[in-house]
Amino acid sequence: MKRILILGAGTAGTMMANHLHKELSPNQWEIDIIDEQEEHYYQPGYLFLPFDIYEPEDIIKPIRDFIPHGVNLLIEKIDRIVPREQYVQMENGDRLRYDILIIATGTKIAPEETEGMQGEEWKKSVFDFYTFNGSLDLRNKLREWQGGRLVVHVTEMPIKCPVAPLEFAFLADSYFKNKHIRDKVEITYVTPLSGAFTKPKATTALQHLLDEKHIHVETDFAIERVDNENKMIVDYGGREIPFDLLVTVPTNKGDDLIARSGLGDDLNFVPTDKGTLQSKAWQNIFVLGDATNIAASKAVSVAHFEAEILTENIKRFIAGEPLNAEFDGHANCFVETGNGKALLIDFNYTHEPVEGTFPLPGVGPLRLLKESRLNHMGKLAFRWIYWNMLLKGTHIPFVSTHMQEAGKEFA
Amino acid sequence: MDRNIAGVTIQVNEEGYLTNFAQWNTAIGDALAAEADLALTPRHWEVLNYLQTEFKNDSPLSIRKIGKSGVVDIKEFYQLFPTAPLKTASKIAGIPKPASCI
Ligand SMILES: Cc1cc2nc3c(=O)[nH]c(=O)nc-3n(C[C@H](O)[C@H](O)[C@H](O)COP(=O)(O)OP(=O)(O)OC[C@H]3O[C@@H](n4cnc5c(N)ncnc54)[C@H](O)[C@@H]3O)c2cc1C
Repeated sequence: MKRILILGAGTAGTMMANHLHKELSPNQWEIDIIDEQEEHYYQPGYLFLPFDIYEPEDIIKPIRDFIPHGVNLLIEKIDRIVPREQYVQMENGDRLRYDILIIATGTKIAPEETEGMQGEEWKKSVFDFYTFNGSLDLRNKLREWQGGRLVVHVTEMPIKCPVAPLEFAFLADSYFKNKHIRDKVEITYVTPLSGAFTKPKATTALQHLLDEKHIHVETDFAIERVDNENKMIVDYGGREIPFDLLVTVPTNKGDDLIARSGLGDDLNFVPTDKGTLQSKAWQNIFVLGDATNIAASKAVSVAHFEAEILTENIKRFIAGEPLNAEFDGHANCFVETGNGKALLIDFNYTHEPVEGTFPLPGVGPLRLLKESRLNHMGKLAFRWIYWNMLLKGTHIPFVSTHMQEAGKEFA
Repeated sequence: MDRNIAGVTIQVNEEGYLTNFAQWNTAIGDALAAEADLALTPRHWEVLNYLQTEFKNDSPLSIRKIGKSGVVDIKEFYQLFPTAPLKTASKIAGIPKPASCI
């Protein structure tokens, strides 16, 4: 009996467990999946929790409910991978041998990377919304906050779901409008990039919305420290931005287990072939989701497209056939823009987000890069699709793994 | 597109970054620096040379990486190339605008 080990039962690991269970013969392959948590968190929900749009129970479910029978789920913290000897060392001392390893341990926030971020004001006037607890604490803070200077801040790139902090600023604008205190709140969006988003085309569309909502933008801000005493953030050039409430996205890093295994770059992301998803260091180690270093967005949709391609490649690897260098970096994301609207962006390694319709060329019904109510419904429907289709590895009708060019307006 | 600088013609993109590093020389570096209101000192050149070496090795650059390079710390990097140091320095060094990811 041979063994495939999947590290991490989050979005990407769960998808792989479902795919491989369907594809591999149970007489030849044992499939094990490991996670340190009992619960699966729907992370896109962390954006809505602070604004009382979702409740905690909307976004947490037992991991076990999504792992098919026949796949072994182990709840245990992974200490390290020992690739040379093909085993994984668990924190409790157990060793698990593998023939093929899939790394899907995602990324975590690392506020300790920035001086003062976890100082006196942490959880008083400095919050994150990239963790369940952070998002919940922020909800409680916002419920009682009377207004002042709200600063929404991104520490450094890459971060998972790079549009989430912008969406946060948009949703904050409508939240305070609905509370009738928008005139008491000043919203500033602070980014290390030179514009609102990483891709120039989408930046133009988003900048327009920022202006319309009176959200002030500070670009090229590389934070040096959080000054707790004077409640401001300071960058390496000495620029100071004062806040009454700071909502920050701290540095995102891969899990420390990657560093302990000697498999990561300086942010613990695993060097991975961007087409085949094979790790650069070891042939029998594959990587997908947020854990890779590839230049694709760290998003659910990306994990979904990657999982389809990786399943194919694992079958090829087992059969001794050459791998398919197929992954094109395809991502699509709904961007919540507040007031019950959203826009949709679709892009890959080479194409920027474009205008047009999705998923059916010329028909839609979703319009790319245009704000609409239907797109917002799409974003909310995404939760249902996530729990009921994406995690189970169901192919989404009409949405192709590769980015389609028909129906889109390329410049 | 073409542009003339320091007595030669070079190709640059819309944002003014060189599209062909082979066309770069130190006179062009000095001229590009002057356009950014900078006079290059030996210390600037150490940093620019480091950036070019990394570029030639296909090694992607980030502020974090430069801070850990041992060549310059982030604070000094900002003093040498104020405001958006990595972008300014990359332009002067004749290498592409750093891909800041997605
Ligand atoms: C606020 C927010 C909003 C987002 N919005 C969107 C959106 O609208 N659309 C979208 O497509 N994406 C969105 N995302 C991104 C999306 O959630 C992630 O890209 C996706 O969940 C990544 O899946 P993954 O499997 O790679 O990592 P994860 O789902 O994070 O899974 C990693 C798993 O590994 C486990 N693990 C890690 N280390 C260890 C260890 N040492 N031992 C044992 N287990 C370990 C963890 O417990 C976890 O369960 C959002 C993310 C955030 C934070």
